[in-house]
Amino acid sequence: MDWATLAVIWFGLEGVLLMGYAILDGFDLGVGILHPFVPRNDRERRIAINSIGPVWDGNEVWLVTFGGALFAAFPEAYATVFSGFYLAFMLLLAALIARAVSMEFRSKVASERWRGFWDWTFFGGSAAAALLFGVAVGNAMIGLPLDQSGNFTGTLLDQLAPYPILVGLMTVAMLAMHGGLYLYLKTEGEFQERLRDWLWRSWGVFLVFYMLTTMYTLALIPRATANFERWPWAALVVVASVLAVANIPRSLHWGQPWRAFLSSCAVIATMVMLFGLALFPNLVTASNDPALSVTIFTAASSAKTLTIMLIIAGIGMPFVLAYTGIIYWAFRGKVKLDDHSY
Amino acid sequence: MDVVLLSRLQFALTIAFHYIFPPLAIGMSVVMVYLEAQHLRTGDPLYEKAAKFWTSIFALNFAIGVASGIVMEFQFGTNWAAYSRFVGDVFGSALAAEGIFAFFLESGFLALLVFGWDRVSATMHLFATAMVCLGSIFSSIWIVVANSWQQTPAGHHVVQMLRDGTPLFIDGEPVLRAEIVDFWALVFNPSTVHRLLHVWIGAFIMGTFFVMSISAWYLLKRTHEDFAKKSFTGALIFATIASLAALVSGHFQANTVYEHQPAKLAAFEGHYETGPADMSLFGLPDEEGERIRFNIAIPGGLSFLIHEDFDEPVVGLDRFRPEDRPPVLITFASYHVMIGLGMAFIGLTLLASFLHWRGRLYEQRWLLWIFVVAVLAPLAANQLGWVSAEVGRQPWIVHPPVEWTADGDVVVGPAGVVEYDETLGLRTKDAVSASVTAGQVLGSLIGFGLVYFFLLLAWLYVLDRKIGKGPEPVDGAHEGAAGGLLQAVAGRVVHDASQAEPAEGGR
Ligand code: HDD
Ligand code: HEM
Ligand code: HEM
Repeated sequence: MDWATLAVIWFGLEGVLLMGYAILDGFDLGVGILHPFVPRNDRERRIAINSIGPVWDGNEVWLVTFGGALFAAFPEAYATVFSGFYLAFMLLLAALIARAVSMEFRSKVASERWRGFWDWTFFGGSAAAALLFGVAVGNAMIGLPLDQSGNFTGTLLDQLAPYPILVGLMTVAMLAMHGGLYLYLKTEGEFQERLRDWLWRSWGVFLVFYMLTTMYTLALIPRATANFERWPWAALVVVASVLAVANIPRSLHWGQPWRAFLSSCAVIATMVMLFGLALFPNLVTASNDPALSVTIFTAASSAKTLTIMLIIAGIGMPFVLAYTGIIYWAFRGKVKLDDHSY
Repeated sequence: MDVVLLSRLQFALTIAFHYIFPPLAIGMSVVMVYLEAQHLRTGDPLYEKAAKFWTSIFALNFAIGVASGIVMEFQFGTNWAAYSRFVGDVFGSALAAEGIFAFFLESGFLALLVFGWDRVSATMHLFATAMVCLGSIFSSIWIVVANSWQQTPAGHHVVQMLRDGTPLFIDGEPVLRAEIVDFWALVFNPSTVHRLLHVWIGAFIMGTFFVMSISAWYLLKRTHEDFAKKSFTGALIFATIASLAALVSGHFQANTVYEHQPAKLAAFEGHYETGPADMSLFGLPDEEGERIRFNIAIPGGLSFLIHEDFDEPVVGLDRFRPEDRPPVLITFASYHVMIGLGMAFIGLTLLASFLHWRGRLYEQRWLLWIFVVAVLAPLAANQLGWVSAEVGRQPWIVHPPVEWTADGDVVVGPAGVVEYDETLGLRTKDAVSASVTAGQVLGSLIGFGLVYFFLLLAWLYVLDRKIGKGPEPVDGAHEGAAGGLLQAVAGRVVHDASQAEPAEGGR
């Protein structure tokens, strides 16, 4: 295959990894965001944490692999993005650390203060991570000031514009809803009943932010839809996104939580696709001068490396899907606490 | 302070913290596989209890290993952007392979290992444990490959980047990067195999000493004795073999270092003048005076280790420009302490094995006490080994090649010193991110310092409680709890199993 084709394929594969991460770890973060609000007592809090206990680490590996693959396939973009968003990424790392260890530490000591502390760390880490992911996407949509070598030349304040914050808030609401739906599938009884109200609430909040973001994007970010002229079929993704959002309350109303959950997966998937469509062929858009943007063609590794990576992915991914399948199968059904739970 | 120094400190802090946990995981998982296999073979429930106990501690360590690992994954981009641009084509694929081949395997089966006791059969559980063990070993492969490549690069070429088909210059300077030519030559670069073996051995020593430390504690406290003896014996076997192997493998590594990074070896040994070289057993390098103070050395020892001849010359630091030399004091000290500890492990494990063979080991309370605290020594040896490898690589982040003449001396330029080809390597000072300021790195460095300090305390606290609680008794047999190490230090060991609150999550 020629180099340009490989670069496009890798752009697509990065999208797949990001999508996998957003959908899978998305509900982990969502469960964390709802943590202080929905569960009422220690048992329910443990149920909430154990609903994601066996799977969150595997889900997070999608992010790790996304990062590694970005490094390998588009080193220029990896370097620009991570050094450009330095402080935001440091906060994100802190949030991910907080979330990971709070689950592990929380149930180890039977003291209310200890558990309360880690419950709030769990919430804070999850909410902050969701917010920061959204802010990063928002910034990527509007672009960053870059110099010739692809180094970010702006300040932190540039990254805290209204649009990125709006996308951040939308992400928090979306993942809260997504996590709520997941938890709904994993719980029963009174806990599940109470969760229902929260599903409606989070869907409502999400809807408001979803509409605001859409309007803002269409009005102020022309490049978001520029590619639609080249590929008219892309409009179908928008339609799918709207339908998926609408299908959530419908399925909830008819008592089909599985469909609601799958719809919320589809909402996230279409969101990532729209993000990719808005970027392509850029990886990092330069807001000061389009010629300075880091595109897949200025950032890609050599054809040899991209091919090797394709082979690695081809060998590895079937295994990954197999383990993921085994784990979700082994832990299917409602959460049951036993001696080995968190 | 400048961005370079701060970024180095931050990298060192974060990797050193991360590297507490992987060796524990790799080493302990081997012991767990052994215990579960013994359980399946003999049917003795004690083995199962032991496996469960170690698994719950493993999970605790693993969580912190994962949390600190994520930091590492992104730090190349955040702090070392220039480096990432230069090496991404070769280095990145190793990191991506690690995610796909190792982390998914490990994190997936860990779920079964930890939460699956009541959900899958014992055979399936053993399989999951073996997969986690394999996964943690895999995790070390790719990252060590990547590290070895930056020490002894191979399988690549350095080319000028193209932009729209034409060579790229920025501010008149050509923009270079390394690209893969031969993937397998890259993976099996000259130092990979030796380094990997040595890292695994270090991890086995770490994990087994950890298991022996806690077991020895129970033996001293006379609780969970059967359990502790089983764990101790299993771990001791591995530890003895690994300690002996470390010496052999370390020796091969030293030879590889000499061949590809002679300045590093000279710094290890504080060898300033090219010529026959002694092997210093003890000393304190004086960097200004270019000599070793208080030196106690085996005459010709280093020449012998490298050339198997006591008089043959060994290249010294005088063959390198001052700005091309690694810092000697840190390198020398960390290297020597590692070897000293390695020797101590050989002595200690051989002694314990001998006593075990004679059936007198568990009466030697003083020796058990040594084992209780000895867990800190492999931790130190592992960290110091990396410090010597990494600081000894300076001033390079990607080391350029060194040429040798037919009669075993390095090729030098007219000035009598090695003239490195700057385009084939990358200096650490040129590798940092241009868009990051010293203030930002200082902030994140302090942040990591605080977070990690706090995590370390929480980890020790929870670990201590787990040790205090001990493994579950077999079929209701009642054994007293030993009390955590902290309690012992505070002088109030409680002999009461009710210490363990029933409401606590099981693990
Ligand atoms: C328990 C751990 C442990 C023990 C007992 C030893 N080492 Fe080690 N050593 C390591 C753990 C380690 C390590 C942390 O794993 C390193 C860091 C980089 C590497 O490859 O392994 C290392 C590096 C390292 C290097 C540097 C490789 C490089 O710079 O590329 C040499 C030459 C040795 N070791 C030699 C020895 C010798 C001769 C030992 C004698 C007993 C020894 N080590 C014991
Ligand atoms: C800069 C270098 C390193 C990077 C980028 C890195 C990256 C990571 C990441 C992202 C994780 C979490 C994986 C997950 O989510 O499951 C992790 C865990 C792990 N890493 Fe590292 N790592 C580095 C150094 C090392 C070294 C030197 C070793 C071993 C020799 C190692 C062995 C492991 C192991 C065994 C785990 C599993 C967690 C544990 O057992 O504690 N890593 N690492
Ligand atoms: C796990 C054990 C490791 C430890 C304890 C360790 C330790 C260190 C230390 C102390 C430094 C600072 C050097 C100085 O200031 O002179 C450093 C730097 C660095 N190490 Fe490591 N290292 C480890 C593993 C790795 C691995 C696996 C990689 C790569 C894959 C790596 C890549 C680097 C890089 C890129 C730097 C920054 C630049 C430099 O100062 O050389 N290290 N490390």
